[in-house]
Amino acid sequence: MPERRTILPLRTGLLFLAPAAAFVVAFIVLPFFWVAVVSFTNRSLTGLGALHPHFVGLTNYLRLFNPSTFLQPGQFGSSLLITAQFVLFSALIGQAALGLLLAWLFYRRESWVKETVQTLAIVAWIIPDVVVAFAWSAFLDYGQGTLNHIVTAFGFHRVDWLLGVPVLSIILFNTWRGTAFSMLLFSSALGSIPPSHLETAEVTGANAWQKLRDIILPLIRTHIVTDLILITLWTFNTFTPFLITGGGPAFRTEVVSILTYRIAFKYFNFGSGSAIGMIMMLINLAFALIYLSLLRRREGTR
Amino acid sequence: MSVHPRKILLALGALVAFAVPALAQTTLTITCRCVAGGVNDAEVQWLQNYVIPNFEKAMADKGTPVKVALTQFGGTDEALKQQYALDLSVHKGYDVMAFDGFWIPEFASGGLLKPLETVAGSAVAGWDGWSHISTGIQDIMAYDGHRYGIANGTDVRMIFYRKDILQKAGVPNADAWQPTSWQDILDTAQMVKKAMPDSYPLQIDAGTNMGEATTLQGYYMLILGTGEQPFMNGKWVVKSQGILDTLNFYKKIYVDTKVGDQRVQLVKDGRNQSFANFRDGVTSMLVESDWFYRSVTKPGSEFAVANRDQVMGWAKMPAEKPGMGVRGQSFVTASGGTGWVLNPNTAHPAEAWDLLAFMNGKAARDDFETYQPTISARDDVPVPNNPFLTNTAKTLLPLTVSRPNNDAYAKVSEQIQLMTENVVSGQMSPQQAMDAYAAAVTQIVGADNTVDLLKTASN
Repeated sequence: MPERRTILPLRTGLLFLAPAAAFVVAFIVLPFFWVAVVSFTNRSLTGLGALHPHFVGLTNYLRLFNPSTFLQPGQFGSSLLITAQFVLFSALIGQAALGLLLAWLFYRRESWVKETVQTLAIVAWIIPDVVVAFAWSAFLDYGQGTLNHIVTAFGFHRVDWLLGVPVLSIILFNTWRGTAFSMLLFSSALGSIPPSHLETAEVTGANAWQKLRDIILPLIRTHIVTDLILITLWTFNTFTPFLITGGGPAFRTEVVSILTYRIAFKYFNFGSGSAIGMIMMLINLAFALIYLSLLRRREGTR
Repeated sequence: MSVHPRKILLALGALVAFAVPALAQTTLTITCRCVAGGVNDAEVQWLQNYVIPNFEKAMADKGTPVKVALTQFGGTDEALKQQYALDLSVHKGYDVMAFDGFWIPEFASGGLLKPLETVAGSAVAGWDGWSHISTGIQDIMAYDGHRYGIANGTDVRMIFYRKDILQKAGVPNADAWQPTSWQDILDTAQMVKKAMPDSYPLQIDAGTNMGEATTLQGYYMLILGTGEQPFMNGKWVVKSQGILDTLNFYKKIYVDTKVGDQRVQLVKDGRNQSFANFRDGVTSMLVESDWFYRSVTKPGSEFAVANRDQVMGWAKMPAEKPGMGVRGQSFVTASGGTGWVLNPNTAHPAEAWDLLAFMNGKAARDDFETYQPTISARDDVPVPNNPFLTNTAKTLLPLTVSRPNNDAYAKVSEQIQLMTENVVSGQMSPQQAMDAYAAAVTQIVGADNTVDLLKTASN
């Protein structure tokens, strides 16, 4: 084995790592195992399960996947489907595609339009959740909402955003909310492309689409994958739609994080809430592994 | 300039001398879902103007001075309950807490609350107030033979209606309207809807967002009219004709005829919107407890009904058909009650009990009646000249039913709310919603504790 060259001896290195490691163990590793254990019990905050929780085996998991109720509103399967739609349309298509489009449109251009659009996108990204949720509740309100005032000013009928098309509403919201991150990440990725590549392409007569397809996208691939990993995980776990819809009407916007909250902290059923949490974690892990393997393969072929 | 160390010591000594009495003074904390100028304003006024100053004075006179700090909680009942459960689970929380009676079984069986005697010792049993509170009312704040708090009083439920609107719609006898069946209610609602197509005449609470109001003001008031209760002879009824009838009635109101505002049942702030609808005349019949009269529509409050004494009336809630209600009654109502409990984790159990006892003494409860006349728990506290409360209490208390004092009740109640939401949103038929309810309740209480009345009837 080749000898490793390090600045510090191994023991000193570990010593420096120890405080951080202690925090990670105390606040991430131990709670994780605690949640795993709780997911096999009937532990609750109130009622008999609070004083005498006992081991229930796989019951919590089997109930989540009970085929006769799986897809009913308010159940795990239905919640997963809603989450899938939400992630696909608001994160992958909404935030990533819109972010890329904005970054590309303003690439190598300086104008007040660019400044304005980017500033607005960033503002939407940095306002605190509660403020944003309040603003969007007002924006989408059926009777007095700004959006319906705009819609009726154009001669259309009012739309019942939060009751009629609730999933679309939270998708629009989350796209608006998170596009800035993808836009910033892609802007800096584009900035790293050597201008000579594009200038050469221009000389040979490539049009905008060809430049995007053959030069820009291949060069920023790894950034795209990184962006997709991050926003998928964030969107999958986000809780903010709760502040706008409460998961309703009739559970139609109950993404998995809201379902977990309802079971664990509204119904105080920690056992089954933990079981959902465990499955969410496995799904997150699967996403991360898929993306990381994509990333490795692409780096390998480059 | 230099400071001599001795001066510093002297200064420190003086500080300590001042600080010690300040530290020695006990501070008791108390909270309720009450906000000055907002929800349950009367509680705040009463606590701040009467209870706190008089209690502090009484304790100072006894030589055991205390301070009382009130925290006003402005969220929903459900949010307050959530806060309590989380506080108590980590052995924290307010010393004295306003509590809805039906939360007691769940908290007590979970070990979050302890019997009053356990918390505050023998002073509890010696309190002279118990002899003025009937055991029935004491039981509102009791579980499994132990008292966990003291009830303020009880309430009754009825239909509030707008005489002016019924009159406008041509409903006969609008000044003394009294339906005798569900069909009567529906017919009246349809008359109003015909006269005012944009209105939603009828409000019977449904859905999860309204929380316990859905269960008690909505579902209970209907299911009792079918002769059933959710918990009968020691078992939870998971399937029955009564449940189906109730859900079908909900469907008629919110899906088929639209005499009720479906949106209001589904949106987050629906309950307040339903109050606003009643204030504005959009809704002309609304099922609520006497709290709606005492507090919600009180002159000067947010949902005050203009000219209330002339335009607002009340009617008994009829059974599905005459004589079909619980115990063979033709009219039904349900009661709950609220009160105050002691936190088992309090650092000052004796003083906290003193405060609780003081708040429920005759003088304090008499004073509360001046802020808000209510059906008091104490038999020596009469309702001051208030015909509405005197009449409703006299008419409805003999008919009333309470919720089961069972630790699974709160969880079943959530399933009831969910079942009504599934129906009024139109996403399930009554049969499907009942099947989902049966499955969920069986999971919560175990198959041995449930009964299917449809099956027993056909056998």
